[in-house]
Amino acid sequence: MMNFIKVAVFSLLVIAGFWGFSNFGIPQIKPEPPPVEAKLDLGAMTMDQFVALGGKIYNGKGTCTLCHNAMGRAPMLDKVAAVAAERLKDARYKGAGKSVEEYLQESLVKPSAFVVAGFGKSGTNDTESPMPDVTGGGIGLNESELKAVIAYLQDSSGGEVTVEIPKMDAPAEGAGAAKTEEAALKTPEAIVAKHACGACHVIGDQAGTIGPNLAKIGATRNKEYLRQAILDPDAVVAKGFAAGMMPKTYGEQMKAVELEMLVNYLAGMKK
Amino acid sequence: MHKEELIVLTRNIRTICGAFALAISAALALPTLVHSADPPATATAPAATASAGGTAATPTAPTASSGADGAASAQPAASFPPAPKLTAADYPTVKGVNARVAVWLIAQLHLWFGAFVVAVPMFVFMIEAIGMATRDKRYDNMAYEFIKVTITAYSLTALLGGLLCFGLVLFYPDLFKYLALIFKESMFAYALLFFAESAVLYIYYYGWHWLQGGNKKWVHLTLGLLLNAVGLQLMFLANAWTTFMMSPAAVDAAGVFNGNTWAAIHNYLWNPINIHRVVANVAYGGSVVGAYAAFKFLSAQKPEERAHYDWMGYNANFIAIAALLPLPFAGYYLTAEIYAYSQQMGITLMGGVFAWLFIIQAVLIGALFLSANYYLWCGMGRSDGAYRYNPRIKYIAVVLVGAFLVWFTPHTLVLTNSELKGLGGPYHKYLGALGIMPAKNTAVNFLIVFTFLSFLFYRRANKIATVSWAAAGNAAQVALFTAGLINITILGVYYGYFTNTVYKVAASVPQVLTTLVIIIISTVIDAFMYKGAKDVAPLRWGRMPDRSQYALFLLAVSFTWLMGLMGYVRSGIRQHWHVSNIFRDSSPDAYTPGLGYAASVVSVGTILFMAMVIFVFWLSTVSGRHPTVKGYWKEQTA
Repeated sequence: MMNFIKVAVFSLLVIAGFWGFSNFGIPQIKPEPPPVEAKLDLGAMTMDQFVALGGKIYNGKGTCTLCHNAMGRAPMLDKVAAVAAERLKDARYKGAGKSVEEYLQESLVKPSAFVVAGFGKSGTNDTESPMPDVTGGGIGLNESELKAVIAYLQDSSGGEVTVEIPKMDAPAEGAGAAKTEEAALKTPEAIVAKHACGACHVIGDQAGTIGPNLAKIGATRNKEYLRQAILDPDAVVAKGFAAGMMPKTYGEQMKAVELEMLVNYLAGMKK
Repeated sequence: MHKEELIVLTRNIRTICGAFALAISAALALPTLVHSADPPATATAPAATASAGGTAATPTAPTASSGADGAASAQPAASFPPAPKLTAADYPTVKGVNARVAVWLIAQLHLWFGAFVVAVPMFVFMIEAIGMATRDKRYDNMAYEFIKVTITAYSLTALLGGLLCFGLVLFYPDLFKYLALIFKESMFAYALLFFAESAVLYIYYYGWHWLQGGNKKWVHLTLGLLLNAVGLQLMFLANAWTTFMMSPAAVDAAGVFNGNTWAAIHNYLWNPINIHRVVANVAYGGSVVGAYAAFKFLSAQKPEERAHYDWMGYNANFIAIAALLPLPFAGYYLTAEIYAYSQQMGITLMGGVFAWLFIIQAVLIGALFLSANYYLWCGMGRSDGAYRYNPRIKYIAVVLVGAFLVWFTPHTLVLTNSELKGLGGPYHKYLGALGIMPAKNTAVNFLIVFTFLSFLFYRRANKIATVSWAAAGNAAQVALFTAGLINITILGVYYGYFTNTVYKVAASVPQVLTTLVIIIISTVIDAFMYKGAKDVAPLRWGRMPDRSQYALFLLAVSFTWLMGLMGYVRSGIRQHWHVSNIFRDSSPDAYTPGLGYAASVVSVGTILFMAMVIFVFWLSTVSGRHPTVKGYWKEQTA
């Protein structure tokens, strides 16, 4: 009986050790809830807001940055609009696109139409892309979201934005599971408070020191810079500050109107 | 060997191989035969529908036709409904019961017991064969004792399987219906195989003492092989249902199944999971029977009992380690195949919220390796010749702990703002480099090579080589280990840090090959060098400290917990899908639970499993007791 007790206590201690390490020895990251279909008010959207929406999808629901990043899993897209015209003329191009916009759309839904050299599926000699169709079940972008991503890619790679904002939003698959989305915040101060910008930056009555001082940021930086700094903080890092410090998830967390409101607010901070 | 004996041996081997081939063929053909009423089907893969937009899986997902070797290609089979689009209201609830946790726990318990009862007959068969070859009765007794433990565990596996089926029907009726329609033929085959498994297992166990000697023993061994064939087929079929949920085959974007049963079974991840589970099950089964032997050793009253259970524990640990060494490679292959199937799924596994899970996994595998090595080192105490190797053990321990720490090092650190600023970023200046996969691959190869070295020392501890070339053989082995370890290090450092991502991953393959070369060549050299070697003294079985037995318990508990954890991530990478990308989970529990929560469920499951296993051990012990109760029974007159 004594042996039984000893063995039982030993086993329980081992299990408790594993449980304790899993709960207190590592960070408790709460996985994102399943994506829900957002109601988009496209009618009231400016092109800047539509591009920002594309950026939000690009960094969030679209999961594009999982592969299109500096790790080298997939080609970088920072110049995709500029190189699209050349690719349309490339002998390896198998699609039917005639314009940059059509090329981009095709590359999102039929990625094997043109595979960038060195990024094809193993053993296919760059004839088959490992990229999924972004309108498929796993990512499930609807037509409006697809257009927004194309607009973002055109804009962020220095091209002309030729996409037209769709007239109305198309409901996506699985809309039955959609929930009513939380209403957008009304003021930039509320956005700053919600995302705790002051924990790292000097902004409003907050005086964080981890990141750059934003008290007069509007005097030296334009809206494009500020938008990029929020969506992709490591794209340009302010002198004296390390890369990787600012979360890259604000694009996913903010609504397009909130992002634009915050950009305008920061751009207005000049004195 | 006499000519007559040779003829008998050849005939018996032919018979046993024929029986095995027949069993495998019958089991494989069963779903096809049952399905023969349906026309062969088009194995339209998710990829094939990708161009239409709204595909179920990624274009990388190889087609079902490739998985089914093109066997499924012709007209669509009977019409299947699309995957239902559910709402939370479609999931029945029972007050006070969390459906997900209930099904999770039952499924995990079923899997633990299933893994055990599939694994044990594999090494029981081998031990019985070794006993027959060496005519050493101890092997036969040990094999019998192992299978005795399995009998009760088999009943529990079946009970839990029934409970799982009940839980799925109760809480996830639409999912069950969808999968049952696709797999109905294989479910029928599963039921038939289950009966076959029961029949063969009972004949094998209850006929053990009856089928002894001569041809009868060969018949018994054949039954053991049949038992394994049927058991593996059962596992492969169950794996097909699981892997279909991860990598569905022959379905269109709406989830309409348009293939045949074989196409659904032979989905992209089926074989990688099959291989991984077979290897892991053997390691797991070895660890559980090791715990049994340890429990009996600690409870033994007589020296001969201690010696017997010490010997049994040693063999169980040997089995566990032998399967543990290739297990990381099987895991690596599985992960590579997950990436190949869907890069998105692969990145979710390794680079998303589950990234930290692999730090927990490192702790667990570190515990497995350290406990297995510790047991071996303690086991050297059985030999009077071990003093020659004991001084070197501390160096092995240092390398093992060092490798464990590298594996354990996270890439990013969780820090407060001030710590983040002080460190200058989320990565440590020096230790950050140890957090990436090349460092971890190098560390795990070191762990394996040095564990093998521990085993080599243990094996040599009681022997003195008598061959004339022993010194040259030793030198060759030292050179082999040195060159191999340098190669593993160079591959890890150069390709890991001075090339791009593609080569970082690719470099791990030659690392693994180097490790295998070290193990295989060294084993061959050792086998020849110690052929006919002198024993230093008789091995003193039972001369083991009690604390060594706790290493065997640590092995079993860690394995159980690890299997639970990896079950969570295997299922978790489907995220909010019942069937990846085609059948959405709309239940209130569709979110992926965090690591802490998962650890709690796994811990509760492990405690339940260990309690049930101890019950099984206890039953096995009491079934062997035959006390004589005087005065109870009426005396019979002759």
